[in-house]
Amino acid sequence: MTAVAPVAARRKDDAARRARYVSGRVVIYGALIFWAFISLFPIYWTVTTSFKVAVDVTQGHLIPWIDYTPSWKGWRSLGLSPDTIFQTSTVRDEFMQRFENSVLASVGASLVAVIIGSLAGYGLSRFEYKFGPWRNKDISFFFLSQLILPPVVLAMPFLALYKELALLDSIVGLLLIYTLTVLPIVIWIMRDQFGSIPRELEEAALIDGCSIWTAFLRIVLPVALPGMVAAFILSVVLCWNEYFFAALLTSSDAKTLPVMVASQTGSQGINWWSMAALSTAAIAPLAIIGIFLERYIVKGLTAGSVK
Amino acid sequence: METILALTRDDRHPVASYHISAGRRQAGRGLILLASLGFAAIFLLQFLRAIGETDIGFANWRPVLYAYVIWSIALIAGQVMIRGERGQPAVFLLPALLFTIAMVIFPTFFGLYIAFTDWNLSSLTGRHFNGLDNLRALFADSYFWNAIVNMAYYVLAVLVQYAIAFALALLLNAEIRGRKFFRVVFLMPFMLSPVAVSWMIGKSILEYRFGPVASFARELGWDIPAFFASPWIARASIMAMDAWVSIPFIMILLLAGLQALPGEVLEAAKVDGATGWQSFWKITFPLMLPVSLTAVVLRIIFELKLADIVINVTAGGPGGATDTVSSFIYREYRDRSNVGYGTMLAEFYLVIIIIFVSLLLTLASRWMRRVT
Repeated sequence: MTAVAPVAARRKDDAARRARYVSGRVVIYGALIFWAFISLFPIYWTVTTSFKVAVDVTQGHLIPWIDYTPSWKGWRSLGLSPDTIFQTSTVRDEFMQRFENSVLASVGASLVAVIIGSLAGYGLSRFEYKFGPWRNKDISFFFLSQLILPPVVLAMPFLALYKELALLDSIVGLLLIYTLTVLPIVIWIMRDQFGSIPRELEEAALIDGCSIWTAFLRIVLPVALPGMVAAFILSVVLCWNEYFFAALLTSSDAKTLPVMVASQTGSQGINWWSMAALSTAAIAPLAIIGIFLERYIVKGLTAGSVK
Repeated sequence: METILALTRDDRHPVASYHISAGRRQAGRGLILLASLGFAAIFLLQFLRAIGETDIGFANWRPVLYAYVIWSIALIAGQVMIRGERGQPAVFLLPALLFTIAMVIFPTFFGLYIAFTDWNLSSLTGRHFNGLDNLRALFADSYFWNAIVNMAYYVLAVLVQYAIAFALALLLNAEIRGRKFFRVVFLMPFMLSPVAVSWMIGKSILEYRFGPVASFARELGWDIPAFFASPWIARASIMAMDAWVSIPFIMILLLAGLQALPGEVLEAAKVDGATGWQSFWKITFPLMLPVSLTAVVLRIIFELKLADIVINVTAGGPGGATDTVSSFIYREYRDRSNVGYGTMLAEFYLVIIIIFVSLLLTLASRWMRRVT
């Protein structure tokens, strides 16, 4: 049919299709750029504000070097500007301690969770358990159901419990409760990960006379490493950002970065530069993780949900 | 004791036949028994000291914690000693199980006890059992019910998040250049701590004097761009911030679902002359239903815990319009030290959540079965 169509009509048809294609592209890229702007503007705003002084804030300057001259004032108030970072100062020590607490609590909790969560995930994907009337499915559901628990339910009992255990305001206490909150997610990811590894792999090793543990440590774990990394990184992100428990269970020694950020938000007028510097410093590690380890986060988030 | 974790033998695992001597079995049982007795003794001693019956014991309960850890290790070791190779699987599961049980079961029961007391940290008389007073106060507390109603709005907002996230996932799944770049950028808000976001967006970008969005709104003709002054605008602002942080989560799940779709079906639809719009509603959307449901249900479960942003931006204001249950209970603890009542609210909320989520899961699975 097209073979007999007049050349002019065909050309017109082509032009229409091309116009539709181009407009489609424009819409798609326009939407992409629009959402990229929405996602990035708050971060851009925070980073640039940390280099402003009062007058730049009140006049609403937006672009460094073009409508204002960057200044280290905000970073100096944290003791993190180039001229103060190597001097000991109370503000710098305060920040460093909070930072260290956040690192210890989130990395520690994630490590513990990945170790015991991987063991449990492997057990649940390979063996058949019977625990009274409970089978594997029920045990998995028990772990997963912990996700539903809102932090407020555990908060007060833990406050009382930790007081008796002398764990209040300690990193260990925070680490334990963070482990509890990320453990269901880790088990979920790891069970999925081990489930995707064929059993034949260990069976061959077991027939060769390896013990269950050798087979697990030498043969299965290396294959499951990407899943473990994904679980670990996702856990670190969740623990790093946790605020509720940290706010209730710590007071001075074990305070983490989010608590420090929160405690400063109310206490100033337009002292925005130091708040912006603090926020930037608090989100920077995660922004770096997000840029370089994005695929592990995606892997962790999508484990088991898409089949 | 060996029935604690009876194990049906998994035939797919060829376990070498392996004889366990009676002596070893005895030793295993003895170990568990000894550890249990020791744990019980330390617990009892500390309990007697706590109620003032005796002076011996430890200054705090920490030794009981150590005793629990030792008991757990003995229990696991005992499993292996008694049942040999067939006890090994218990070693995989027990650490996580014992940890979760210790961390959840005890606080839950202790919380139930606190919930029926008039414990206030600032009162000098300590805590007393006060029966159903807290429950009665709860039913009369209009602020609590207001927070529950707000939660309904916040949960409904998840559907809007879902719609936006779906659009973004479709965009990322289209044939575009720089897909990886856009994926990283779109995921960014999810990485940031809600507390930092509270300041970055709530307290500075939306600030009514100098915030860039406020200035922009002023340009557009809104004279006094106050984002947290009137109830509905404040609620919408909180929802927008929450959406900003959580849309990436839904988007990533949906994107993975889209990438797993069978390409031939969509190709066939294209060949048959379906427009993009038709093939989306007739093919993509129905095929995406299971993933969508997972994403929305998970997101709702997380949404029910929403607190950080509200606590740090509005503290529930104006007049409780943005309050979530969690932020309301948080203030009950923090500002009024009302531990007994706050815990009752939390336990009551937990019951509501459990009912709501199981209803949601049942409806979802029933609906899925009807659709597919």
